[in-house]
Formats: sequence, structure tokens, C-alpha cells
Amino acid sequence: MSGPPDKPRLSRTHMLDLLKQMIRIRLFEDKCAELYTQEKIRGFLHLYDGEEAVAVGVIPLLTKDDRVVATYREHGHALVRGISMKSAMAEMYGKRDGCSRGRGGSMHLFDRATNFYGGNAIVGGGLPLAVGLALAGRMRAEKNITVCFFGEGAVAEGEFHESLNLAALWELPVLFVCENNLYAMGTALAISEAETDIHAKAACYRIASEVVDGMDVVAVEAAARRALQTIRETGKPYFLECRTYRFRAHSMFDAQLYRDKAEVEMWRKKGPIERLRAWLEANHMIHPDELAQINAEVGAEIAEAVAFAEAASWEPVEDLTRFVYAEAGR
Amino acid sequence: MAQTAAQEDVVEISYREAVREAIRDALKRDQRVFLMGEDVGRYGGCYAVSKGLLAEFGPDRIRDTPLSESGFTGAGVGAAMAGMRPIVELMTVNFSLLALDQILNSAATIRHMSGNQFGVPLVIRMATGAGRQLAAQHSHSLEGWYAHIPGIKVLAPATLEDARGMLWTALEDPDPVLIFENVMLYNMTGRLAANAESVDIARAAVRRPGQDISLITYGGSLWKTLEAASTLATENIDAEVIDLRSLRPLDDATIIASVNKTRRAVIVDEGWRSGSLAAEIGMRIVEQAFWELDAPVGRVCSEEVPIPYPRHLEQAAIPDVAKIAAAAKAALGRA
Repeated sequence: MSGPPDKPRLSRTHMLDLLKQMIRIRLFEDKCAELYTQEKIRGFLHLYDGEEAVAVGVIPLLTKDDRVVATYREHGHALVRGISMKSAMAEMYGKRDGCSRGRGGSMHLFDRATNFYGGNAIVGGGLPLAVGLALAGRMRAEKNITVCFFGEGAVAEGEFHESLNLAALWELPVLFVCENNLYAMGTALAISEAETDIHAKAACYRIASEVVDGMDVVAVEAAARRALQTIRETGKPYFLECRTYRFRAHSMFDAQLYRDKAEVEMWRKKGPIERLRAWLEANHMIHPDELAQINAEVGAEIAEAVAFAEAASWEPVEDLTRFVYAEAGR
Repeated sequence: MAQTAAQEDVVEISYREAVREAIRDALKRDQRVFLMGEDVGRYGGCYAVSKGLLAEFGPDRIRDTPLSESGFTGAGVGAAMAGMRPIVELMTVNFSLLALDQILNSAATIRHMSGNQFGVPLVIRMATGAGRQLAAQHSHSLEGWYAHIPGIKVLAPATLEDARGMLWTALEDPDPVLIFENVMLYNMTGRLAANAESVDIARAAVRRPGQDISLITYGGSLWKTLEAASTLATENIDAEVIDLRSLRPLDDATIIASVNKTRRAVIVDEGWRSGSLAAEIGMRIVEQAFWELDAPVGRVCSEEVPIPYPRHLEQAAIPDVAKIAAAAKAALGRA
């Protein structure tokens, strides 16, 4: 097998599945925001609202052995990769039944079973890890690909440049996915980068790169297919810039003084869920009942996840200093 | 000519060669092990530690890197998480600061932050210490800083046995281990068992037993401290010298047992005094052996100055034999 073909599958079932996955992330996070105001979820909470097409367009194309490195805005990636909503929600609560035993929280979802190498909350910090994961794969003649998600803010970090150079120099199978939502917290791309065409930067490192409309899940999926196919054929890195937008605040502490409400509204109209739904409706590919059913199914899953997180247990304080080092015999 | 078994079993070796033998041995024993760092291959290592290894093991396993400390240290973290056993070489402790993000925020946190799902079995080696007139950006001793960080282990091999033996034990450890090699030790030569193997990395060692005072030190300062102990012996002061070997975790039991016996302690630490490892050890002695003490705990540390270039100032900035002996005598009321 040479991997998925370079063609989007525009079947109705597939399109409905993409829609459902995006809605699943959106509604999960809407609930998280609500739980945050109720102080069930604390700390930082960074929502993916508006960017769902990126994770949904890329991650389902991966094999089980491929690896994922994500950022602190990683709830969507975790859900699409297969971390259960229950364990993700319990992690948000800080409960022991969470996917990181509650020790990570929203920003640090990890899962060995699905090769999900975390929620990394140092901007740019995940890129060297991805290079190392891919290096290990290469040295052991494995066939897997490491996909590394990061925001456009990471592009200003030295680790971005070091990592792209290393991946290109050593010809490592890394798919770099830049989720360009135009703002690093409150700093617009245009006031932080001399060259705002991010995918052009990858070309400086001789990495094949392309830019895609990150609000169009079909386009993201098609580009990701091309990218993964190329990596599987060449073994070399590939760079995908997905132009997207964050509808909500950077985190729950953000008053959004740095952008106009009108700008946000304009982007909302271009939102990935809105867009796919409108397209499906225009092409008579979705019945209102089906949309209602998706919402109902996702709603039920969320209710279950919240009930699970509520009922889950806390790590006992006696165990505070566990897992700093490996424990003998465990 | 017939040789005795004893002659056959001992080799004359330098500290540099001992580290190289340790790396070579690890590369042979475990295919998952590889060495990665700036100039480790074609150049042979900034301090010539890895000289010859490229020819023997090839460029995949003796991997030259660009000057990207954070990038390749992070790559070491990732490779370790994925099952490899990387040895990352950082040229000096000063350059390691460019990789501090990956050491502290990734390597040291991932096991805990992931709820024990991922470990980072990574070894990072680096040169440390003053004495080669390399001035204020190549001469510092920041291992005490690193010893502050939960999630990593910190080693300071001061002897040939430890230079040869600590690496393999560190590679077998499931968590990240930092090894600090004092630059003044690389040329030190001595006799080492030809079949020298791995050593424990958890315990301090009593390098010189004594009754009157405990001199607690590590790394490059060990040899100055032993020399000071010899000087003190001529004045009928019987000093015990403890080589910490591991700076994190600290072997409290060995330290406290010694202090309980001698009732006096001086800590010798090439780090700066303020916020130093010496301060931590002194406090542990106060916490655990206060009522056993016959004198205040003393310290010989580096002066609070970036290490200067000219030899007389550089030497004045760091611990030396005379300062150590003087501090010991002060603790004994014989200044």
C-alpha cells in the first residue's frame, strides 16, 4: 500500500463525517467554556473555535503508528486522534481518570495509546520534539510520519527555524502544520513578522510547502493527502500552512482589545462548520434531521463526558510527588 | 615476557579517554544509543572526547549537528520518547542555556505532565568549570542550577572510574540524566581497571576517611579538596573528603553520617555562593544534624563575578587549595 490517494473523497457519508467531527469539537469546547465560567475547569483554557477544519482535515488521514505533536490549543486534535471525550473532559477537571491523570489539564493532553505526544505549552517547543520523534523512526527504519501542529506565533521562535533546518537536513518524515490564525495572543502577524507569507519560509529550508484555506475542511484534507503521500514517497518533511481564524479569545482571560468585533464577525461567516453545512445544504446532501441527529449524538456524548468527569476521582495528595521519576517495578 | 594478572588488568588512561571508552562501549552494547552534538563527528569533539568514533560508528550514530542547541536537544528528547537512547553533547554549560527550554520545559516535565505515559531516557553531557582562561562565556559552573530541577538527575564524575562508569548507568535510567564533565579533568591520567564497568549513580563516595572535619565537594574541586586534606594532615587535622558524585538526588545519608562523626563541615563548590548547591547542602546539614555540630558550617565557593580571563583573576575567583584549607581550619578554630 502506498497510502491514501491524492483525491478528496466527496461521498456524502464522508462529508457528513467531517461535519460531525467538527461539530463534535465545537460543542465540546462550548461546554468547556461554560464549565470554565462555573469554575469546574480552571487555569488556562484555549479554545479551537473556528480552526476545527485543520485537525479534522489532517488527523483522520494518519495511520495508527503515525505520531502527533500538538500545542496548548489541542482539544480538537486530541478528540479527532481518538482520545475519548470522557478522558479529555476528566483531564480538564484535573481528575485522576483524565488522559494525563489530571496532572496536565487543558494544555497537556497526552495519550500513549494513540501516539499523541502532547499538548505542548511552550510556543515552538513541540517542533524539536517532532524532529526527534521522526529521527527515532528513521533510525529504526519505521514507516511512520510525525505530524506537528503549531500556530503562526511559533514562526518567530528560534526553535521553529532550528527544527525546519534539522528536519530538512536529515530528511525526516515530519508534516509541519502551521495553524495560522493571524494572532499570537494579541499580536497580529503583520506586526510581528517581516515576511507574513509563512509557507514561503519553509521553502528557504528546501522543504516542500503549500498554503491552504484552513476554513475549508475539504481543501485541508486534500492538501494533507498530498503532503502525507509525498512524505511517504520521499521520506522528507513537508510544510502545510492552513490559514484560519480563532473566533474566541486567546484564552479565557483575554478581553480582545487588539481586534474589531466586525473582523471577528466577518470571519465567523467564513467558519468551517458554517461553510461545509451551507455547501451540503446547497447540494442537497444533508437533511435537517441529519444535522439534528448529529447535534443530538454529540450532545449525548458531551453529557456523558461531563457526568464521567464529575464522578471521577481526584489524585490523592499523598501521590503528589509521583511520576517525577519512573517508579521501580511499575 | 610473562605479565602478572594485575599488570594486565590495569590500563593507563586519561579522563577524556575514559569518557570516550564509555561512549564506545554504550554504542556497542545498545543499538538504540547514538551521540549527537556540535562537532562530535568530523572535528572529534570540542574537547576531543569523541575523536575516532565517527570512523568506527558512522554519521548516523555519531551525528554532527548545526549550532541549534535547543533544536537538537529537543530532538534528543523526542527520540528518547520514541524509544532511542540518545547521548546529547552540549559543548559547555554556558551553551546549554540555549537548550534550557527543552531540558526544563520538556525533558524534566513530560513524565509528570503526561501522567507517567511518556518518559525521556536521555543523557546530556556537557563540559563545565573554569581554569582554562576561557573567560565569562565558557567557564561557569551551573550544575547547581540544574540540580534545582525535579525530573532530571545530575551527575558530576570526578574520577576515572566515574568518567568510565556513570554513562552506561545513566543510559539505563528511564529518566533524563545530565552529566557534567569538569574541563580541568579531561587531561587527568591514572590507572583504571581494563574491565572497568558501570557504577552506581545514586551514592556519594568517601574519597578520604577522616575524623576531624567533613569536606564535601564534587567534580573538579574534588582534587583540590584532597590536596587541601593532605596539607591539613601535616598540621594534624584529619579531614574526611566526600565526593557527592550525584548532585540530584543528593545522598543525604552519606553526608549526614560523616557530619555526625566529624561534627564539622565545609562545602567546596565551584558555583557562585548565592543560591548555590553549597547553600542547599549546608541547609540540609542544619536541618538534619544541627545538634551534632561543633562549629558553623563553612563554604568555599566561587566569587560573585563572571569568570575573568587573566589567570590570576580567574584563579582568585574559584576555590583553591589554600582557601579550602583555611576554611577547614576556621571551622576547627585554628585559623
